[in-house]
Amino acid sequence: MQIVVQDLAKTFRIAERAPGMFGAVRGLVRRRHRDVAALAGVSFSLAPGELVGYIGPNGAGKSTTIKVLAGILIPDGGRVEVDGRVPWRHRIEHVRRIGVVFGQRTQLWWDLPVIESLEMLRHIYKVPPDRFRTQRDELIELLALADFLDKPVRQLSLGQRMRADLAASLVHAPSILFLDEPTIGLDAVSKLAVRAFVKRLNRERGVTVILTTHDMDDIEALCERVIVIGDGTILSDGTLADLRKRVTRERWLTIDVADGSADTVADADASVIRRDGERVCLAFDPEIVSPAALIQRVTSRHAVRDLFVENPPIETVIARLYQR
Amino acid sequence: MMGYIAIIAARFRALLQYRAAALGGLFTQTFFGLVRIMILRAFYAAATVAAPMSLPRVVSYVWLGQATLLLIPWRTDEDVAEQIRTGNVVYELTRPLDLYGVWFARSLAWRTAPVFLRMLPMFVVAMVIVPLVAPGWELAPPASAAAFVMWVACFAGAVLISAALTALMNVTLMWTLTGDGVPMLVATCATMFGGLVIPLPLFPEWAKPVLYALPFAGMLDLPSRVFSGDIAATSAPWVLAHQLAWTLVLVALGRWLLSRGVRRLVVQGG
Repeated sequence: MQIVVQDLAKTFRIAERAPGMFGAVRGLVRRRHRDVAALAGVSFSLAPGELVGYIGPNGAGKSTTIKVLAGILIPDGGRVEVDGRVPWRHRIEHVRRIGVVFGQRTQLWWDLPVIESLEMLRHIYKVPPDRFRTQRDELIELLALADFLDKPVRQLSLGQRMRADLAASLVHAPSILFLDEPTIGLDAVSKLAVRAFVKRLNRERGVTVILTTHDMDDIEALCERVIVIGDGTILSDGTLADLRKRVTRERWLTIDVADGSADTVADADASVIRRDGERVCLAFDPEIVSPAALIQRVTSRHAVRDLFVENPPIETVIARLYQR
Repeated sequence: MMGYIAIIAARFRALLQYRAAALGGLFTQTFFGLVRIMILRAFYAAATVAAPMSLPRVVSYVWLGQATLLLIPWRTDEDVAEQIRTGNVVYELTRPLDLYGVWFARSLAWRTAPVFLRMLPMFVVAMVIVPLVAPGWELAPPASAAAFVMWVACFAGAVLISAALTALMNVTLMWTLTGDGVPMLVATCATMFGGLVIPLPLFPEWAKPVLYALPFAGMLDLPSRVFSGDIAATSAPWVLAHQLAWTLVLVALGRWLLSRGVRRLVVQGG
């Protein structure tokens, strides 16, 4: 196993103060603290070459896990080994062998052109010049960086920046890549480009990837295996199909009616989850009623302007996982 | 090592872009140089006792101080301050670098590029143009070739002290919220004890040993006096020793404080 995480625990202390003036004054004298468990016994392990989605709602402990694995946060308990090393104890040797991308922030130098940032990283990671050249040229081609190589990072669009950040995380050819929300805020084209690249990296170079995201499409496009975390514990670990099957088979049919009959849209095999003006959202189980049959029944009764079928969003799936 | 050098070089290049600021600095620093010289000339004209430093040397002292004014750590590093404010500083730890080394490297570039940009034109103004317009107000050439060589070495020493102090100031940002207090304190001390208000040799005798021993003297005062010959070139190694000793102390202090800050950071999160 390349990555082993066992009973990982991390608690943050958060200072609290009572509301109002009285609380503010009292806070000067005596601070009250509240302990918040970000991780409460998380265990999983990854073999080399796996591509794993790590999902969960905000505050579930995803980023905390990634930070521990990246060696920049020390846990309170548990065992973590990456390539046989304890990340926070051997930080410098550890980070030399991993790549990290945090979607919410760039690791590039704000005022340097992209190409110079890559050059800097070559020196920082001590990549031999010839290996750097081939690596750089390949990354420029795969991520289509050529058009903005000479632009300072602050002038890049978010999609360009994310591609540049991906390139930057791979200059030293790491065998493990941590991606923390790499598609956040990206447009559809950039999302597809990022996904295609990550997939290729994993398939062709065998890079182990842990990916956190809120975008179920990322997971569906990329990950064989999905680990779901909630409230600091692992709720589910397996394939995506398993996860959906375990939690819910439900699909959503959203309809826009044209004849003002939105209030009367209903079906015996489906439940209405939302009515919003002209728009109605129906939940149904495809093993009880096929999407085609349901659509036919609804369109025969109402003048439908538009409709689409989708999986319930990840937050809903996980929320259901919680409720059990 | 190459990583840190690459950081210095990149930062240096970036800082060289600020030409307008350099030009503005050149004008204001020349103006204030002339004002300071005017005041000192008036004091010297009215003096009833012999001054501890001759007037031409005091004038040169003022010009050198103005030319290398940005050696004083007036502010903390904006980018580092931003990183600490937002908590992004933890992400610096995902690079195989020592965080103090990175901050020190950035400080080195910051304490040299802007100084070079202003210093060279200031020298031309103070050594070539000023004597044509107002003889007796000019920066005199270095006392000797040896004095010049030693001044170059002491200038490098001044950069080291200044970078170490800047890095230490950056580290204090991990504990202060707005981060204005420490730079203001340092700037005030540097102005008073660095010879920017009154040249240190003109202070009372009892104060001098203390002032000379402080790190602020190593940034502007001591190198300037090596240049003008007020400190003999043969005594300049003492200046270098003073600068290196303070650099070591400030680096040690900065590293120690940073390791405590980082421990808090990696325990408590970003």
